[in-house]
Formats: sequence, C-alpha cells, structure tokens
Amino acid sequence: MRKSKRRLWIIGAAAVVLAGAAGLASLALRDTMVFFYAPSDIAESPPAPGQHIRVGGLVVEGSVDRPAEGGANFSVTDGGADLRVIYRGSLPDLFREGQGIVAEGSFDGEGVFHASTVLAKHDETYMPPEVADALRENGMWEEPGAARSSGYEYRPPQPETSGEGS
Amino acid sequence: MIAELGRFLIALALAASFAQLVFAWKGASRGGSGGFAEAGRLAVVAVVVSAGTAFALLIVAFLQSDFSIAYVAGHSHIDKPLLYKVAAAWGGHEGSMLLWCLMLGLFGLAISRVGPADPALRLRAVSVQAILQLLFFSFLAFASNPFDRLLPAPVQGADLNPILQDPALAVHPPLLYVGYVGLSSAFAIAAAGLIEKTPGRALGAALRPFALAAWTALTAGIALGAWWAYYELGWGGWWFWDPVENASFMPWLLGAALIHSAIATEKRGAFPGWTVFLALLAFILSTLGAFLVRSGVLTSVHAFALDPERGVWILGMLASAAVGGFALFALRAGSLGEGEGFEPTSREAFIGANNLLLAASAGVVLVGTVYPLILDMSGGAAVSVGPPYFNATATPLMIAALVLLPLAPFLPWANGGARAGLAQMRAALLLLPVAIGGGVLIWMGAPVLAVIGGALGLWVLGGAAMDAVGALPAARTRALKFAVAGRALAHAGVGFIALGAAADASRPPELTRALVPGESLTHAGHTVTLEDVHRADGQNYLADRATLRLERGGILQPERRYYPAADQNTREVAIRTRLSGDFYAAIGEPRLQPDGRVGYEIRLAFHPMIWALGLGAFMIVLGGGCALYARAAGRVVQRRRVAGETAARGANS
Repeated sequence: MRKSKRRLWIIGAAAVVLAGAAGLASLALRDTMVFFYAPSDIAESPPAPGQHIRVGGLVVEGSVDRPAEGGANFSVTDGGADLRVIYRGSLPDLFREGQGIVAEGSFDGEGVFHASTVLAKHDETYMPPEVADALRENGMWEEPGAARSSGYEYRPPQPETSGEGS
Repeated sequence: MIAELGRFLIALALAASFAQLVFAWKGASRGGSGGFAEAGRLAVVAVVVSAGTAFALLIVAFLQSDFSIAYVAGHSHIDKPLLYKVAAAWGGHEGSMLLWCLMLGLFGLAISRVGPADPALRLRAVSVQAILQLLFFSFLAFASNPFDRLLPAPVQGADLNPILQDPALAVHPPLLYVGYVGLSSAFAIAAAGLIEKTPGRALGAALRPFALAAWTALTAGIALGAWWAYYELGWGGWWFWDPVENASFMPWLLGAALIHSAIATEKRGAFPGWTVFLALLAFILSTLGAFLVRSGVLTSVHAFALDPERGVWILGMLASAAVGGFALFALRAGSLGEGEGFEPTSREAFIGANNLLLAASAGVVLVGTVYPLILDMSGGAAVSVGPPYFNATATPLMIAALVLLPLAPFLPWANGGARAGLAQMRAALLLLPVAIGGGVLIWMGAPVLAVIGGALGLWVLGGAAMDAVGALPAARTRALKFAVAGRALAHAGVGFIALGAAADASRPPELTRALVPGESLTHAGHTVTLEDVHRADGQNYLADRATLRLERGGILQPERRYYPAADQNTREVAIRTRLSGDFYAAIGEPRLQPDGRVGYEIRLAFHPMIWALGLGAFMIVLGGGCALYARAAGRVVQRRRVAGETAARGANS
C-alpha cells in the first residue's frame, strides 16, 4: 500500500474511533451524571422522584434509628435543613453521628429518600469536599487549623448545635 | 537523632540528583564515556544509597515508635503488630512519597546499568531521570518531609487506619509505585531519545523492557488493590470506578498500549512517533494520578487527608513534565523517522487498532474522572460520575479490543501477504462461533453484557491456547520460547478477566438481615444458620466473631473488630471459595430485637466465578515476567554473538 493511502487509512480509523468515543462519552455523561444536593437544596426544590442523586451532610446526633431487622434510618444536616435517609444495607464501619457522609439514592413517590449506598471515608479525618462546601454556605464549617502533615492534628469539625435540626 | 539524619539524607539525595543531572548530561554530550559519565553513574548510586538509608531510618523510627516525628505519630501506635509498624512507613502521604522518590532513584540506577545499548542515549536518559528526581525530591524535602518534628511529642500515636492493617495492603502500594514510577524510566528514555535524535526503531527497543517491567508491576499492584477492596473493605465488589482506581487504570491502559506499540516500532519501525508520545503520556498520567489522590480534590474512598498546598506542588511537577516532554516531542518528533509500510491485515495494523482502542478507553476514563472537577472549578453544579458512565463508555471499547485481540498473533508483520494472514486467521475464526455458542449456553438468562463478556472471554482464551500450541514448537531459541509463552499467558489472562467480569455482571444483589443465633437466611441457593457470636480479641483490637453454618457443609466465621487506638470498627469477611463462585459473609452491628434478644446484622453475597479475575491477573503478571525474561535472554545471546564476532575478527586480522 502506498504511504499516502496508508496514512489516510490510519487517520480515518483514528477519527472514527475517537469520534465514536467522544460521542459515547458525552451521551453517557449527560445520562449518568449524578448531581449532589445539600439538604437545604432539597428543602428549596426537591428533585423528581426516581432521580438518582447524592446527598451529603453531617449525621445529626441522636437521629440514628437502627431497626431490629437491620439497616438504619438517620438524618443528615447542612445546618440549613435536615433530610431523613432510609437505608436497608449494612452501614459502613466509619459511619458516626456528627460525621460527614454522602448517601446515594433517590426519592420515592411519597418524598422519602431511600439510599442505595452510604459512603463514609476510609480516613476519618477526611471530609467530602461537597459536604464541606455545603457546610461552609451555612456557616457550619470550621476551617481546620494546621491541616498539613498526615492529618495528625486535623480532626473533622464537630457541629456544636446539631440534633435540633434548626 | 533519626529525624535529623533522615532530613539530611533527603537533602543529600536532592543534591546528588543535581550532580547526576549535570554530570550525566555532560557525559552524554561526550559520547557516554569518560570522567563525567563515570561521575554521573556514581551520582545515581549516591542518590539510591541516601534515599534508601532515609527510608530504612523511617522504618527504624516506626519500630522505635518515635512519636516526636509527626509522620510516625500520625500513623503508628505502640501496640501495633510489627508488620504494620513497618508497612506504616509507606501507609501515609509523606512516607509513600519517600518510597516514590527512592523508586525514581532505583529506576535511574536501572537505566544506568541495563538501559539503552547506545552509551550516549543511556546517559542522556539518566540525566532526564535526574530532572524528574529533582522535582520529586524537592517536593519531598520542602513540602512533604516524613521527618518533620512534632513538638511536644505525644505519648501515643494516632495509629494507622485499621482498614489499612492488612497483609495485601502492605505490598499493594510498593507494587503500584514500581508501576507508576517505572513509567518514569520510559519517559526518561523517550525524552533522551528525542534529545539525542535516536531513530524511532532503536528507541522503541530501548523503551520496551522498562515499559514492560513497569506495566507488569502496575498490573500486580492494581490486582492486589482490587482483591483487598473485595475482602477487606467488605463492600462486596472489586472495582468501583472510583477516581483513585481510575487514576491507576489510565496509566495501565496507556502502558498496555505502549508495550504493544513498542513491539511494532522495534520490529518494524512502525508508529515511532506514537510510541514515543505514549511513553511520555503514560508517566504524565501517573503523575496526574498522584495529584488526584494526594491533593484531596476528589471525593474518593482512598483520598489522603486534604491538603491544597500539596496539590499545587504536584500540579507544578505535572506541568513541568508535560510541557517539557511535549515541547521536546513537537520539536524533535521528525527525527524519529518514518515507519515501513504495512497492509490492513498485518500485525502492525492490529496493534495500531489495539492502541487506538486502549488510548480511547484511557480518554473516556479521563473525561469521566476529571469532568466533575472541571465543572466544580468553573462554578457549575457538584456532580459525580459513577459506574453507569464507565460501563457505557469504556465497555464497548474494551469489547472491540477483545474481538480483535486473539487474531493479532496469527497475522504476519508488514506486507507479508494479506492472503496468508487470512488463511492463518481462518482457524482462529472457526473458534468464534464456538465461543459465542459457549457463552450463550453458559450464561443463558443472564444479562446481555454477561453473555457478551463470557463469549469474548472464551474467544480470547481459545485464541491464546491456539497461539501457544501453534507458535511454541516453532520457537527455536529459549528467548523466543519465553516471548511466545509470555504473549499467550498474558492474553489468556485477559480472557480470564473478561470471563470473571462477565460472571460478575450476573451477580445477584446482596442481602442484609439481622439474625438472632439459631435463625437462618437463604441467599443465592445457600442457606446459612447463625450458630453463635463470641468474643475473639486480637493483639490491638476487640472482636465479635460469628459462626455461620452452611447447609451445604462448612463454616464461615466473619468478624467485626474494634480498634480502640483509632476508635474505629472494621470487618473481616469470611469467604467460601468454590469453582462456581465465592460465598461471602460479613457481620455488622448488633441489633436489639423486640423480644429483648440480641441479633446481628449478617450480610450475604455470592460472587460467581470471581477466581477468574485473580487467575487472570496472575497470568498477565506471569506473562509480563516471561516477556521480560525473554528480553534478557535474547540480550545475553546477542551480546555473546557480538563478542564472538569481535573475537573472530580479532583472530582473523
């Protein structure tokens, strides 16, 4: 095959694959992207039932209810509003009251949020960035002092007035 | 004392890297021999010795529980078992960065000892490696020093996260770093080749063993991480498309592309520019991975504690490597030369297609990983991109790659006749309906993806077996035998992984229920009875151990542990492995029942044929090892031949 023809082949094949991949990626992004909501966002304008979303906030102290058959129900707060979360799985080991978590799931027809996954971090000193932003907006965030060096001195901010659900 | 010595050694390694850069650069400019070259080679040894001693000192500090060192205080505890005191040396950011730097030095040493045959190119690569060392050692010394003091020293340490106290995790990071950092040597050789205007073919040959070694280690590291996630995290999965997993998967995909394109470049001079570009890009993506993991910009299960300052540093290093590498590429790619022609049914064409698909996969993974970040930085909504995106984008590309994979080894190089290629392929093509039939039969009723994956897995496995049967007897030298075996093993490993992933797609959703001792639960055809729950404390934890009796025979004893030092719970899952799959049980929180009895949350899951994933990864690593050995054996033979010819010539003259 002549050199110019070969080059045409290569460029053509590359263009087809890349265009296909780019098309796939943009379509898939649009369809599968999961939006993050803070509890106050939900209070303002609740997402449609069935829409897959992520909710994050601090677990309200004293709000965790552990049914006899397993699973857990609890509330998360961003200081502005609370949201009740129903979860039928086994809570992650790092789940604590007062700690930042992210729950993924959707609202049912009655406006109850069912989580399919609850994420608490490996590292207990770690705060999900979205949760930190949501807390900051509601004035519940305390800047960690010296966050440098392996997180030894750094503890996640503990809300002083949680539980009431303002 | 240890802290001061450690800091001094890190500074010394930094200074030695500078000497390495200057001397090796000058040495390379003088043809790779002489005093400067010698000094450059010595400097690499000095870097390795100082960084290695610093690393050993850090381990000693952990063994002595020297809590006046902030890093030790943050990651250790007096009561911790010995193995994890040692492993904690690389369990956090600073220590793992020291290990990363040590590996950079070791790969510099490897280049200077067994690197490119051309002495000038070899030394130039050593000096480029020195630039990378300078970047990372500065970061270590000025922004991530593991020997920083903590005053006043606490009486007790904060302990390593108990979830990380696991034998697999003790070796997982070092292997990953061999992979990530190993790609730096491919970067260094590629950049050096551009500086030296080395022809593409020679450069492909020089790159390949380093890329192969790095990629093999990366495969092993990723596999261990997946295995650990499977049994230690107790999430009931092995791959989550988590940003940090993606951070390792992107260099893996590019590395896989690179080791194939480098063959075509070495053997036929095909795609010289692309091979060099890939070598540059693979390491840059490794560094991007380090940025994503260590800067705290992403919500990830793996993230280290948040620190924007570190992020800025790593971004700076990333930008320097990328700008330097690509500018050099833009200026000098012309010197690599043009490849020879080939037909669409040649092996080059198939390797090209494989590269295109692998690179496109890396591209879609990259988009999905950084898109939430970019949207967030540009003030958009906070979003996350999860498994549905990656399944919809990367999976079709992988499927296409798997369809082509078994055919490539049967095709001749170059223009060797498309007809001959087709005749060769005919036997392989006969396999396709068999594989599809088998896939449909085995996974009847399972999701479509499981059927496709299963058929493709059988197709790839069959192709690898036919390749081995056909090519092994024809291979005359030991090097050739190992090369063929390596190829067949690695390809068969890919087939097993496809089988395992397909089986996973047909996995039933897991079940969680609180059980009181005496009660039973059925999942995926297995009935288990909770016999009792008793205390089973260990050296540094308290534990509840459940005894579950399987109706089909056998006992499962999952544990839930509490580590007082870290004030944290972990769970040890119990797994019963059979050919059909793993039956997996975990024990969760106790639950008070209405009648006053105490129940325990029991989680059951069934993972069909998950052993295929482990076996596949093992075979890929073994295949990589064989290919490396083939390379070394071939090199010895070649050297002997050259030596023999020189001797013969000497005798004749």
